[in-house]
Amino acid sequence: MTVTITRDGTDLHIAGDLSLRTVPGLDRPPSGGVRRILLNGITRLDTAGAWFVLSLGPDGAETTIQGATPAQTALIAAVRRSLSSPPEVAVRRPLRTMVATLGHTTWDLGREGMGLISALGRFVAELARLTLSPRRLRATSLVHHMQSAGLDAVPIVTLMAFLIGVVVAFQGSAQLEQFGAEIFVVDLIAISVLRELGILLTAIIVAGRSASAFTAAIGTMKMREEVDALRALGLDPETVLIAPRILALILTLPVLGILADIAGLAGGAAMAWLDLGITPMAFAARVADGTGPWHLAVGLIKAPVFALIIGLVGCRNGMRVGGDAESLGRLTSASVVTAIFLVIVADAVFSVFFALVGI
Amino acid sequence: MTDVPIIRVRGLTTRFGDHVVHDGLDLEVARGEILGVVGGSGTGKSVLLRQIIGLLDPAAGRIEVLGQPVTGTTPQSFRKLRRRWGVMFQGGALFSSLTVRENVEIPLREQTDLPQALRETLAAIKVRMVGLPQDAMGKHPAQLSGGMRKRAGFARAIALDPEIVFLDEPTAGLDPIGAAALDTLIGQLRDALGLTVFLVTHDLDTLHAICDRVAVLAERKVLAVGTIAELRALPHPWVHDYFSGPRGRAAAGER
Repeated sequence: MTVTITRDGTDLHIAGDLSLRTVPGLDRPPSGGVRRILLNGITRLDTAGAWFVLSLGPDGAETTIQGATPAQTALIAAVRRSLSSPPEVAVRRPLRTMVATLGHTTWDLGREGMGLISALGRFVAELARLTLSPRRLRATSLVHHMQSAGLDAVPIVTLMAFLIGVVVAFQGSAQLEQFGAEIFVVDLIAISVLRELGILLTAIIVAGRSASAFTAAIGTMKMREEVDALRALGLDPETVLIAPRILALILTLPVLGILADIAGLAGGAAMAWLDLGITPMAFAARVADGTGPWHLAVGLIKAPVFALIIGLVGCRNGMRVGGDAESLGRLTSASVVTAIFLVIVADAVFSVFFALVGI
Repeated sequence: MTDVPIIRVRGLTTRFGDHVVHDGLDLEVARGEILGVVGGSGTGKSVLLRQIIGLLDPAAGRIEVLGQPVTGTTPQSFRKLRRRWGVMFQGGALFSSLTVRENVEIPLREQTDLPQALRETLAAIKVRMVGLPQDAMGKHPAQLSGGMRKRAGFARAIALDPEIVFLDEPTAGLDPIGAAALDTLIGQLRDALGLTVFLVTHDLDTLHAICDRVAVLAERKVLAVGTIAELRALPHPWVHDYFSGPRGRAAAGER
């Protein structure tokens, strides 16, 4: 496994195993004035070795390679044909790159917003068509998605809401006890869970479960040309794939929200009973007494809007998947992040709106 | 071609549940030859290829490549053995997040400790060797046509100058001109790099153009191995239909 290179006048003798294993460790002999490279002693030659031999040829001058077997000559010829000029290294301009990145990011953000709005437009148009001819609706698909996005999410959503109720009760009681105002824990729990926490956290969980699932499912169909096949068969992906998913979310998210509200109140009641000795009966009476129906309504009004956001983001990102596995992963994770972010933005807008109208 | 076989499969049995794919299959591949494996759909051509390269374990039987066992070996010695062959999967199976050059560089990076400059040079040589243009090196697989993807997959398979290359349907889905060019390329590189080629194909033109011998898989074993002329003389109905049917005659007639 050693290579010997000896210089003899204008001849260069190379002997030994000239291959991937030995070439990296070889020192390049001075090749000025070399006229012939003799390979009689080569025991093994691979692409790396052939490249090494060729790279010994001094610039301009004719160097002949002799002593190779026919197979080695063929290999050297093949490598010689395949040599290419090294790629030009791009000149680095940090400032310019930064400005360009900023520009691209801004542009992409704008296009993202436009894309979402046009997706919303297409969904509304589809909804109008469905209203005019309800038979277009894919009922089986709708029910299937209501099950996977809605019913299957019930355990995790209720458990989460119950624990949130417990946490709010525990934190609230620790503070309010100092003023002797323990009973207001009930109001704290009822208002925070009904108005905000119940529906917001439900939407976040559904965004994590369903926005990603929509993107992955539609994206995989896009990659395997199933979406093109639908179009070629005269079926509109908007009708077949997107509308049932978004509608399923709009129908099930309010129900999940109500369940989360109930579970949250139950969790709060349990903690209030254990921690402060407020009996469930007293808790219920206080909730009925001190909390108006608007608190519940404020929470539930938001649910369909959140559902629309989650569904739109998930489906649109699915349709954006290209031919490669990389974009599927990137867009699936982008779906979850975008959906959660937009849900929270929408929640903030709702808060301002309800404050302005005074409910 | 007369020395010890480079691949030796003995008594191979493969079962998926109740479905028996291979039952006592024997096959030998000689060093330096191009062996084409043909057979109807579901006769386990690709399964056989996957078993020889150790991706699937057979239910029974023995597989030796380069004189060393593939089945029932230690991970260390198998890793060493695996460096000595290259595989091209049906669609090229390029990693979609990497450029063509980076794809070809992967075996060099994982299996050797070459400096980066040399790695890039060698990868570039391989990319050019399979006939891809210079500007293809920086492209991602999604930007390439099917034929270019297969060529890039081939370049990755030969990145380490392997002794054997396994090709799964190299010409499927290519236009006739591209398929013929790929056939020629396989033949040329076999001569230049001294490869042994194990080729699963449906392409009769490929069989005629470059294969030294053809193995026919049918009835859960290798029914026959030989040159196409030898196989045409066999009385077996499937072999007869395959090589002497309209397409088989057309592929043979041109030459």
